[in-house]
Amino acid sequence: KVDAERKKTFVLKMPMELTQSRIQKIWLPNDNRPALPRRSCGPQLANSPTVIVMVGLPARGKTYISKKLTRYLNWIGVPTKVFNVGEYRREAVKHYSSYDFFRPDNEEAMKVRRQCAMAALRDVKLYLTEEAGQIAVFDATNTTRERRGMILNFAKENGFKVFFIESVCNDPTVVATNVMEVKLSSPDYRDCNSTDAMEDFMKRINCYQASYQPLDPDDYDRELSLIKVIDVGRRFLVNRVQDHIQSRIVYYLMNIHVQPRTIYLCRHGESEFNLKGKIGGDSGLSNRGKKFALALNKFVEEQNLKDLKVWTSQLKRTIQTAEALQLPYEQWKALNEIDAGVCEEMTYEEIREQHPEEFALRDQDKYYYRYPSGESYQDLVQRLEPVIMELERQENVLVICHQAVMRCLLAYFLDKSADEMPYLKCPLHTVLKLTPVAYGCRVESISLNIEAVNTHRERPEEAKKGPNPLMRRNSVTPLASPEPTKKPRINSFEEHVAVSSALPGCVPQEVPTQMPGQ
Amino acid sequence: VCMTNCPTLIVMVGLPARGKTYISKKLTRYLNWIGVPTKEFNVGQYRRDLVKKYKSFEFFLPDNEEGLKIRKQCALAALNDVRQYLSEENGHVAVFDATNTTRERRETIYKFGEENGYKTFFVESVCVDPEVIAANIVQVKLGSPDYVDCSNDEATEDFMKRIECYKNSYETLDETLDKDLSYIKIMDVGRSYLVNRVMDHIQSRIVYYLMNIHVTPRSIYLCRHGESELNLKGRIGGDPGLSVRGKEFAKSLAQFINEQNIKDLKVWTSQMKRTIQTAEALGVPYEQWKVLNEIDAGVCEEMTYEEIQENYPLEFALRDQDKYRYRYPKGESYEDLVQRLEPVIMELERQENVLVICHQAVMRCLLAYFLDKPAEQLPYLKCPLHTVLKLTPVAYG
Repeated sequence: KVDAERKKTFVLKMPMELTQSRIQKIWLPNDNRPALPRRSCGPQLANSPTVIVMVGLPARGKTYISKKLTRYLNWIGVPTKVFNVGEYRREAVKHYSSYDFFRPDNEEAMKVRRQCAMAALRDVKLYLTEEAGQIAVFDATNTTRERRGMILNFAKENGFKVFFIESVCNDPTVVATNVMEVKLSSPDYRDCNSTDAMEDFMKRINCYQASYQPLDPDDYDRELSLIKVIDVGRRFLVNRVQDHIQSRIVYYLMNIHVQPRTIYLCRHGESEFNLKGKIGGDSGLSNRGKKFALALNKFVEEQNLKDLKVWTSQLKRTIQTAEALQLPYEQWKALNEIDAGVCEEMTYEEIREQHPEEFALRDQDKYYYRYPSGESYQDLVQRLEPVIMELERQENVLVICHQAVMRCLLAYFLDKSADEMPYLKCPLHTVLKLTPVAYGCRVESISLNIEAVNTHRERPEEAKKGPNPLMRRNSVTPLASPEPTKKPRINSFEEHVAVSSALPGCVPQEVPTQMPGQ
Repeated sequence: VCMTNCPTLIVMVGLPARGKTYISKKLTRYLNWIGVPTKEFNVGQYRRDLVKKYKSFEFFLPDNEEGLKIRKQCALAALNDVRQYLSEENGHVAVFDATNTTRERRETIYKFGEENGYKTFFVESVCVDPEVIAANIVQVKLGSPDYVDCSNDEATEDFMKRIECYKNSYETLDETLDKDLSYIKIMDVGRSYLVNRVMDHIQSRIVYYLMNIHVTPRSIYLCRHGESELNLKGRIGGDPGLSVRGKEFAKSLAQFINEQNIKDLKVWTSQMKRTIQTAEALGVPYEQWKVLNEIDAGVCEEMTYEEIQENYPLEFALRDQDKYRYRYPKGESYEDLVQRLEPVIMELERQENVLVICHQAVMRCLLAYFLDKPAEQLPYLKCPLHTVLKLTPVAYG
């Protein structure tokens, strides 16, 4: 009977006529109907926002993980933001006096701390329900079942999924190192010397220990989705991964490490096509390019590194550059330069002449713009994700690649937005040396002093929409202080067709991007 | 100690009927597909070859000296073949599929690995749910050569007693005693996992794969777009729309899908017009994947095979020589396709019912993964237009 009903109501339609969107080159049905309906699986589960809840004693790497994970998720196109309760506390309690604040019998302080957590959760809700956020990372100790229960209720009320990340570490050396790396320089200790700060912080950790209830996936917490990271990644316990994004998060967490190391990014030496102003293609090095390769060899030797891995693309110019190093190197097709499709091997003047509309479109939205029969920066990010994952696993690596590729990789390490990425400066014959430090990445730009053409095109004046320098991208400013202009994230779903990563999601109708002044 | 590009020895651990062979075969299939030469060595198979006729569970009793001798012999014979495969036949990964439930046996294997310069990675499957075990027995044990002359009831009874033989001596991988080993412990068919000391890239990929597969029954439907305008002209590649017959196919596909009455079907297409037009006819939400786009024929895009032979005779000949590895100038090879399709396979493993509307070369790659076809056969798999392949997991395949 059900079958008959289905057959009756099922309408056999003619395949729709399609139009290709002008910037992203996505085929969409002509009829401008509203965004395709969500799938019929349970309304709570389809693409619900997720709250990631950090768990662990102080100095266990929670904020490190929060920030790194957030950077990764944003880079692959999942709008993510960190909500650090400690920052809310610093806003509420202007001056930190001592560890006494964290004593479990300090009722006044307990009240304040709870208020801060609630304020942060309010901002989480705002971010996920009204600001097109997909993932919120709730960075606090969350060491008691009571607190976690409160968060679970909050999530349930709002239809958010919850994923716990607990960091467990009892190695005193690791804890001490963490305290030195990131706690001594905290605003809390700006008026203390190192010894006093260390002593106070250790007492602070102590305040949490008696009430710490680690996650218990075998029994009490067996229904929760969680990962327990033990001893800085030696061991992991994973329970009830619910969906694709949680699976990706687990994979990422299992691949990152904290060993000191250096990543070197550079482009191939100047190529014959560079000299002619032609983009793309597969040309060899110019004379100056060859000089650069030799200079790079000398530079690498001087760096005196243990076990440097060298990666290139599969295009001639990067391989020729690597050959000068006399080191083994690995060729990755994924590192090939952005495919300019019909514009391959043209100069920008030729493109402007022969494809004037495409030329203009690209300047309008350089990140999402896909060359006809070619790629976009957004496509590049998807193709480079395995490279980033392997870079995380590795130690010292030199990546010899191309301008657009290098911009994508650099944006990942320096946490640059999609809007900024296509305009990052990656000149020829310059090596960028990246060293992880504290919560981020130090970058040193080293020019090897070999002349080369400049292949950088600035963002055209009409299209300039610089990000507000006051706006912190991935951590929220507590509402106590004036909130800088709430700019919707560049990769929010309202603005663009969400087809970037391999994430389940419907293809909503493309909305024309708003140009300032129009 | 070997650090770079050592072969890897994967050692399965677990009581009978815990899915070890299922995991071994699936993992082997996946690794081979992504280009890592892998082979599984099932000790039970060696035992069947040696002891021509299986009589009863008594063979497995812990005090059966004769049985123990034979079983140890088989394990050693299998390890010998492992050594040959990894050290002499260019194998990269060997999967040693046996119960390996005692610490003593595992130490023997670990030493063997060390002596030969292999990295060892243990995969333990732990499950106490009697329903799961019963289902496993029905799926794969009743049809085993061991029980060819038994009724289902007799076979089940005997097998349960066989499992009992192992229980007393079972030493699960232990947090403290085994803390220096690299392993993953899979609990309750993937509800939770314990991962210890992942050493390198391949172990990390193996862990990721094992954490994404599931055993929930489902079907995967593969088909190509409807016939396109360029198909009609005998031209390859491009981004044409559907021909009239292609549109007819799209309508038929809609009807077919409707009749299949599939619960929560996900529909995936490429970002090429012809697959999207096909999906549009279904009237259900679909997801566009750029990585499902047809193989890029580079300079040969939109040519007919005759034109290619005329304009690029050398390329034309080279392609026939090694169709899997051959890369079109400025284009791609099947080998490139496999690499770009890997995230699709991973997501297909996570999903349940899925219809993938794609292209000929792409479909061949996906099909080769599911049907365990080697690289040489992959580019010649038959994937005609207007034909749907329905894949349902069953037993070990």
